[in-house]
Amino acid sequence: MKRSMYGKFGGQFVPEVLMPALEELEEAYQRYKDDPEFLEELDYYMKEFAGRETPLYFARNLSKKYGIKIYLKREDLVHGGAHKLNNTLGQALLARYMGKERIIAETGAGQHGTATAMAAANMGFKAEVYMGAKDVMRQHMNVYRMELMGCKVHAVRSGSMTLKDAINEALRDWVTNVENTHYLIGSVVGPHPYPMIVRDFQSVIGKEVKEQIMEKEGRYPDSIVACAGGGSNAMGIFHPFIGEKDVKLFPVEAGGKGLQTTEKEALHSASLCVGEEGILQGAHTLILQDRHGQILESSSVSAGLDYSGVGPELAYLADIGRIKPCNVSDEEALEAFYELSHLEGIIPALESSHAVAYVMKMAKTGELGDLVVISLSGRGDKDLEAVFKLKEEKETTGSEENMEACL
Amino acid sequence: MRIADKFAELDKRKEKALIAYVCAGDPCAETTKEIVHALVKGGADIVELGLPFSDPVADGPTIQAASTRALKAGMNPDLYFEMASSIKENVPLVCMTYYNLIYKRGIENFARDCAASGITGIIVPDLPAEESGELQEACRKNGVDMIFLVTPVTTGSRMKHILDMTSGFVYIVSRLGVTGERTDVAGSTSNILDRIHTDVPKAVGFGISNKEQAAEVIRAGADAVIVGSAFVNIIASGDNVNSRIEELASQLKESCR
Repeated sequence: MKRSMYGKFGGQFVPEVLMPALEELEEAYQRYKDDPEFLEELDYYMKEFAGRETPLYFARNLSKKYGIKIYLKREDLVHGGAHKLNNTLGQALLARYMGKERIIAETGAGQHGTATAMAAANMGFKAEVYMGAKDVMRQHMNVYRMELMGCKVHAVRSGSMTLKDAINEALRDWVTNVENTHYLIGSVVGPHPYPMIVRDFQSVIGKEVKEQIMEKEGRYPDSIVACAGGGSNAMGIFHPFIGEKDVKLFPVEAGGKGLQTTEKEALHSASLCVGEEGILQGAHTLILQDRHGQILESSSVSAGLDYSGVGPELAYLADIGRIKPCNVSDEEALEAFYELSHLEGIIPALESSHAVAYVMKMAKTGELGDLVVISLSGRGDKDLEAVFKLKEEKETTGSEENMEACL
Repeated sequence: MRIADKFAELDKRKEKALIAYVCAGDPCAETTKEIVHALVKGGADIVELGLPFSDPVADGPTIQAASTRALKAGMNPDLYFEMASSIKENVPLVCMTYYNLIYKRGIENFARDCAASGITGIIVPDLPAEESGELQEACRKNGVDMIFLVTPVTTGSRMKHILDMTSGFVYIVSRLGVTGERTDVAGSTSNILDRIHTDVPKAVGFGISNKEQAAEVIRAGADAVIVGSAFVNIIASGDNVNSRIEELASQLKESCR
């Protein structure tokens, strides 16, 4: 197996101009990943700036209602409100050791862009973030957050004007400015060595869970459940448990409005569940595509899961049966959003709500065992406006239906 | 027609080559044939026919927009090969596309379909040498040249390796960036040409749009100039397309004589 591959997945499908940069990145990563000075500095940022370690919280009320023990890994408490900062701190530090001056990134909902802006501001980088024009409209407060921290946000108007197009545009920038720029990819996607680097920096989640659950329960959980778009929080919490064969691992994808596809788009983002092999943005992985190989637009109530591909290592782990891909619908995710807020006083991100929803749905079946850890990858404050709008729309249609019934 | 035969023919006439790119199916499948005819009439020696992909990461705004137009108008690989077979110009046709379309059709099938429809070269901008083994093998079997790109940051053993692998010609990306018209071509071109030692014809592309730039690139030692976005812009304008394409091709070809 080539070093850049996970089974048949992965690889480096990028323009020739980026190959030396990927080589340079891999060399630098291999050099610094075990370097005591680098690790000490990273540890400092993780603790003092990001606020690690995050609690492994026993969700008493949720557990009581669903009849199994449910723990939440509280990545929503990381500075910025999501796990994204684990990776941006790691990569920004690496970029500094590599002597780069400028950082670029893509963002969907704005979480990774915000985490990039935070790391860049703190470490003194010039940062520019590419964001689909549609997402800029949907998430304008996140755009303002990034700008506050000195980051330039480019609205991308090509293609579907969402995350996939933001990545394309970031790649085009990198192709042009590769000599002084580090491309800070936000998920376990893209060409090697990115899936590995992002996974390693996010693995802090799973490493902490291992110790915390041992301390609290004296054993490993029966199941770990995490949402998966590109898959960075999922790989981060799964990776340290891959060798623990008794721990079932469930990546939960966005089932959207159902697993169907039309000619131009998928009504979901479930690449692991129903995607086909192909090459997207640097990697051989599972993707949503039409019969000719054109990439389909994906769909989800949660912008952070709205992506037509998935990390190659997840595709590999699904292929060999080590993880069990599953999905929940927009509707189910919204119910979980409300449920966790009511029961525990924790408002989850819509992304993380997918993981919560799957546990709610499956708790009674026995499939998950009786000790479950959910990766609560982000907090839901960023989603309040969107959820509020959906609620209003629902109420309006509801009352219209009532009126129609009266007529 | 094979690419090597074209270069041999030009060599006899002491000419350099004009390689023209257009996106197949832009603005619709019927017009591409006429556009190719205009290119050849104007003096294009090799025609690169882009097979449009939904996510063209190596392309600038001009060719992205052309790809979008072509896809909207219904271009797909089946139609593409049908159209290529119907082109009867006396020039080599080269397919430029992204790897997922090749992978999805089946690598062997794609190479065979190229050969069967008269396409004698393939350029895949998101397929670096390391990942190209299977496609190279399929191309070799089917008598199709696989053309690799080198860039200003390709150096040392990488450069040598790619030059050993490329056939037909080597595609020299004159500067960092995506496809599209630029003003600064000459300086970076002679820098990179000085570093390339090969018997394969050297074709320079990315950023060349007028006869002055073409002349500079030829003077710097290139065997061919590749022009894409300038033609695509004419197509996008919808204004007097065929005669303006022919005119631009003939001006550019002047610089190759």
